[in-house]
Amino acid sequence: MGDVRIKGRRASPGFAAGEVVVLSRNGAARVATGDPAREAQALELAVKAATSELAELARRTQGEEADIIGFQIALLGDAALLEPAIAAIANGAPADHAWSSTLDREIADYEAAEDEYFRARAGDFKDIRDRVLAHLTGVQVAALHSGGILVADDLPPSRFLAVDWSHGGAILLASGSASSHVAMLARSRGVPMIVGLGRGVATLTGEVLVDAGAGEVVIAPGEQERRRFEAKRQSDLRIVSEAATLRDKPAVTRDGTAIAVHLNISDPDELVSLDPAVCDGIGLVRTEFLFHARRGLPDEEAQFRVYRRIASWAAGKPVTIRTLDAGGDKPIEGLTFDGESNPFLGSRGIRLSLARPNVFRVQLRALARAAMHGDVRIMLPMITVPDEIVAARAMLDQEVRALVAAGIPARRPSIGIMVEVPAVAIAIDLYDAEFYSIGSNDLTQYVTAAGRDVAAVADLADASHPAIMRLIERVALHGRERRREVCLCGDIGGDAEMIPSLLHAGLRSLSVPPAMLARTKAAIGAVDLGVAQPMIVSRKP
Amino acid sequence: MSNGFVVASAKLINAVGLHARPSVKLTQLAKSFASNLEVALAPDGPWVDAKSPVKIMRVKASKGTVLHFRARGADAAAAVASAIQLVERRFDEEDGAQVENAGG
Repeated sequence: MGDVRIKGRRASPGFAAGEVVVLSRNGAARVATGDPAREAQALELAVKAATSELAELARRTQGEEADIIGFQIALLGDAALLEPAIAAIANGAPADHAWSSTLDREIADYEAAEDEYFRARAGDFKDIRDRVLAHLTGVQVAALHSGGILVADDLPPSRFLAVDWSHGGAILLASGSASSHVAMLARSRGVPMIVGLGRGVATLTGEVLVDAGAGEVVIAPGEQERRRFEAKRQSDLRIVSEAATLRDKPAVTRDGTAIAVHLNISDPDELVSLDPAVCDGIGLVRTEFLFHARRGLPDEEAQFRVYRRIASWAAGKPVTIRTLDAGGDKPIEGLTFDGESNPFLGSRGIRLSLARPNVFRVQLRALARAAMHGDVRIMLPMITVPDEIVAARAMLDQEVRALVAAGIPARRPSIGIMVEVPAVAIAIDLYDAEFYSIGSNDLTQYVTAAGRDVAAVADLADASHPAIMRLIERVALHGRERRREVCLCGDIGGDAEMIPSLLHAGLRSLSVPPAMLARTKAAIGAVDLGVAQPMIVSRKP
Repeated sequence: MSNGFVVASAKLINAVGLHARPSVKLTQLAKSFASNLEVALAPDGPWVDAKSPVKIMRVKASKGTVLHFRARGADAAAAVASAIQLVERRFDEEDGAQVENAGG
């Protein structure tokens, strides 16, 4: 029986194994006095108590952590924060309600901010809200047991700082952001952290294995899974120690074959501390992060700014941006179709974009404008028939002509396709695209008819199945014959066990998450293409 | 001077703009002067009290934004000049080229 695993987004890489500790927001109720003067006094006392608690915390911390605490103290000491709550109390509201609704308005305002940095500040306000509420309701922020795997919806920085991380541990969040203060703290302390794991994470119990670099949690691991995890952790330790030099060098196999290694990113903030010299370009930019339902669909200007920022970072290296790949397991309110009986076989990727041409055309225009600032390429997800390429290309051409006619600088980027539907991989010669990128995660689930999110069939969804390797070989060969670039951007591209097979299958270009870069280059360096690859066998029994 | 105010403006050049740490630094600076220092995104306001970190954060000024300062009082000139210098020094916290590079 296969183990159960769930996936989220890496916020801080690293490995951890341990018992789950689920944190819940304190739900204790408070009995209001009904007297505005006493309610106001109760709130002021709670704010004072929270402030001295933070001041105590600040004395025990330094550097960035002390700055974050200092920021919260500054906010709590600002009469402007308290005024609306005091006004609400004067109008008869109980202290805790007045405080919560005042802070909730502030939080909503930050969550709606365009700038990711300011959005992430919502976490600080939630932290302040809950700390003061805890004093109002008499619930203390308990010191958390250390070495455990903390599970929460979101984690305030002060709670992070209340934990002694010297005994290991990790953080798993149902929501959360990789740019939050707590994510910054986790990275600087080397605490593994995954965000965006979804609501289900709150029901976890028992032991879990956390591979935060891969954004993966293994639940109720078996013996085999533990051994594999330990091996990966050991090899990671080894690689990390060599990584500093290795990461910055071009990837070359032992026999001297150059392999292009690109980056997969889901958020431009992932590039902040990276030098473009470490990679051959960006092989996959997921654009779903822009289409966040709560903030509405992004307009052309907002998209253009983000694409241009990524193109400028790449400094002339190719940047492959995938058009919106919503649907399947990534619904977007107001855009994807509700109630599909099988969303993975429904309106997702290019199917959805062609069904919503007004949204798609905005994205194409933003991409054509960004192409003036770098080597931007457009990648279409979930292509199934050649006509979809023809339709998308016609729309792009129209939009580029319209932009140029309006005097707006724009250029027609090249258009490539994802190879993830088996029909495309099998009959690749029918698909006239300017480049191909193999999406091995979806290709695997479609070829094996085993869902990515169905734990019971996890063993069947095996990317090392010979059928998938043969399809990859076929696509790589077609690319060589037609001189079209073929890249692979699925999880196996950064899997040290799979890299030898992929290179022997003819691939010369891989795209991996930034955290996998060093590991991928190390694995490539160990491959000798001059020596025949042993027969590909499925790696799972 | 205009209407008794000392005014000046400076462009935010640090990568993350007027975020948490810079806001706290600015408010601490403002509180060190007797004059009431104010900030705005436009030369004609609306003006925000530079001594309030909550109000400063609400401005959500990101990199490239021009900040206008005004102050009235005995040490108004010094208050505005110090604020401008703080912005131009990137709030003493830039760690340099790589952030600049990614800022786009």
